[in-house]
Amino acid sequence: MTNTVLDIENVSRVFPGVRGAAPVRALEPTSLTVAQNDFITVLGPSGCGKSTLLRIVAGLDYPSSGRVLLEGREIKGPGADRGMVFQSYTLFPWLTIAENIAYGLREKGVPKAQRRDIVASYIEKVGLRGFENHYPKQLSGGMQQRTAIARALANDPAILLLDEPFGALDNQTRALMQELLLGIWEREQKTVLFVTHDIEEAIFLASRVIVMTARPGRIKADIPVDLPHPRHYTMKTSPEFSSLKAQLTEEIRLEALQADGMH
Amino acid sequence: MPRPLEPVSQGARVALGISFFVIFLVAWAAATLGGFVSRTFLADPITMMQDGWLLLTRFGFMADIGITIWRVVGGFILAAVIAVPIGVLMGAYKPFEAFLEPFISFARYLPASAFVPLLILWAGIGEMQKLLVIFIGSFFQIILMVAVAVGNTRRDLVEAAYTLGSTDQGVVKRVLLPANAPEIAEILRLVLGWAWTYVIVAELIGSSSGIGHMIIDSQALMATGQMIFGIIVIGVIGLISDFLFKALNRALFSWRLA
Ligand SMILES: Nc1ncnc2c1ncn2[C@@H]1O[C@H](COP(=O)(O)OP(=O)(O)OP(=O)(O)O)[C@@H](O)[C@H]1O
Ligand SMILES: [Mg+2]
Repeated sequence: MTNTVLDIENVSRVFPGVRGAAPVRALEPTSLTVAQNDFITVLGPSGCGKSTLLRIVAGLDYPSSGRVLLEGREIKGPGADRGMVFQSYTLFPWLTIAENIAYGLREKGVPKAQRRDIVASYIEKVGLRGFENHYPKQLSGGMQQRTAIARALANDPAILLLDEPFGALDNQTRALMQELLLGIWEREQKTVLFVTHDIEEAIFLASRVIVMTARPGRIKADIPVDLPHPRHYTMKTSPEFSSLKAQLTEEIRLEALQADGMH
Repeated sequence: MPRPLEPVSQGARVALGISFFVIFLVAWAAATLGGFVSRTFLADPITMMQDGWLLLTRFGFMADIGITIWRVVGGFILAAVIAVPIGVLMGAYKPFEAFLEPFISFARYLPASAFVPLLILWAGIGEMQKLLVIFIGSFFQIILMVAVAVGNTRRDLVEAAYTLGSTDQGVVKRVLLPANAPEIAEILRLVLGWAWTYVIVAELIGSSSGIGHMIIDSQALMATGQMIFGIIVIGVIGLISDFLFKALNRALFSWRLA
């Protein structure tokens, strides 16, 4: 039996035009159901409304129509039940790595001793032992995003939202981060919604890949990925992986052409 | 020639900084001791030092310095304690900003020195009047600058805090404040520098003590040596307070340099 965590019902978003310009239709009515322990990656060309969708789920933006339900309750604003990792580095620069990870727990009023234990366990999970007392500025981009993931997970959210979290990292680091995130998901039964425009990343991580059309965004395809777990980076060269990749490449290529008006 | 933005070594920085003081002193000495400028209008460095020594040892100038510092610091702290919270609230809450910003933008251009005669009417020539001059000069500037700093807080940090479960109040206390604390400290450092110019104006009129009072007294005696000594003392105190403020900021906000 599957347990629905997130229910996106006909959510659309129109941004009002600035100074007489035509309104921007960022997202066409979109519906998506995320079950417990799903790892869903959302794949789509630039500007198709991926971030907009994720921000609406996070409660940082509001739908022009439709609604989002988290565990049956309508989302009215941001909250600790949805952890978010942004593409830009958003660690608090005045807090150390350990303090950053503890931020949500402190806001929740978790007692200090318990906070310390949870932080220590996440420091371990994302491999940042020895950096607890460093400031974000002293860490590389990959380490900062690992901290951001730990910071979001420490709150034990019902769903983890990630908006191209590895977009600014080099290829090697990116591959390592994918394995790290996937490892955590395999061990801890998290529910994840992950936005990316990298096809390999989308397949490697996902239990389902959602492909979006060019702007205004709409869901074009919903493709299950049945590759076995635990996954290892060598899987990226397997025939199953390659055929999925070919299929998705074609879908995305059409969209990119359309987005460019080169149709 | 150095390249644009190319850093300079610590040693060279100090040497260059000191050498300008030396050049300045030499030019001054040459102009006055060399007889190019009349002594009536500008004392030479040696006379200035002698006059200064006399002021300090015979005429109780230390007490004047003390009272001036007290006035600046007192008025400034009074202004900062009230202005910083208002500025933070204005930066954080836009209706509050829309309500106050136009008036404060107007008020900041009212010159503090122009209030001196009025303040004498209201508050007499006691300490209250001096503190109020400093207060008026600093208060509105601090509010506006702090409001701008807080208003420019990185939106993504605020959003991250909300997704981590912060309440509106939590965001103000644990994001807006710490994120802008270094900049607020810098603003206070800057405004403290301006406060020094207001105190002297306040002391030039209707005062019986303080550095400004000594300078106006010396004018009556044509004692340019004393006047210049007074001005230089203000500069030196400003330099020291600036240095202390900078050192304090560095110690408090080490994360910024990390
Ligand atoms: N606040 C806003 N006001 C007006 N238009 C906006 C706003 N935010 C986004 N848009 C527009 O909505 C569209 C979708 O933006 P969104 O950021 O969701 O795209 P995206 O799929 O995340 O793209 P990318 O892959 O480049 O991050 C874009 O055309 C963008 O210009
Ligand atoms: Mg985006």
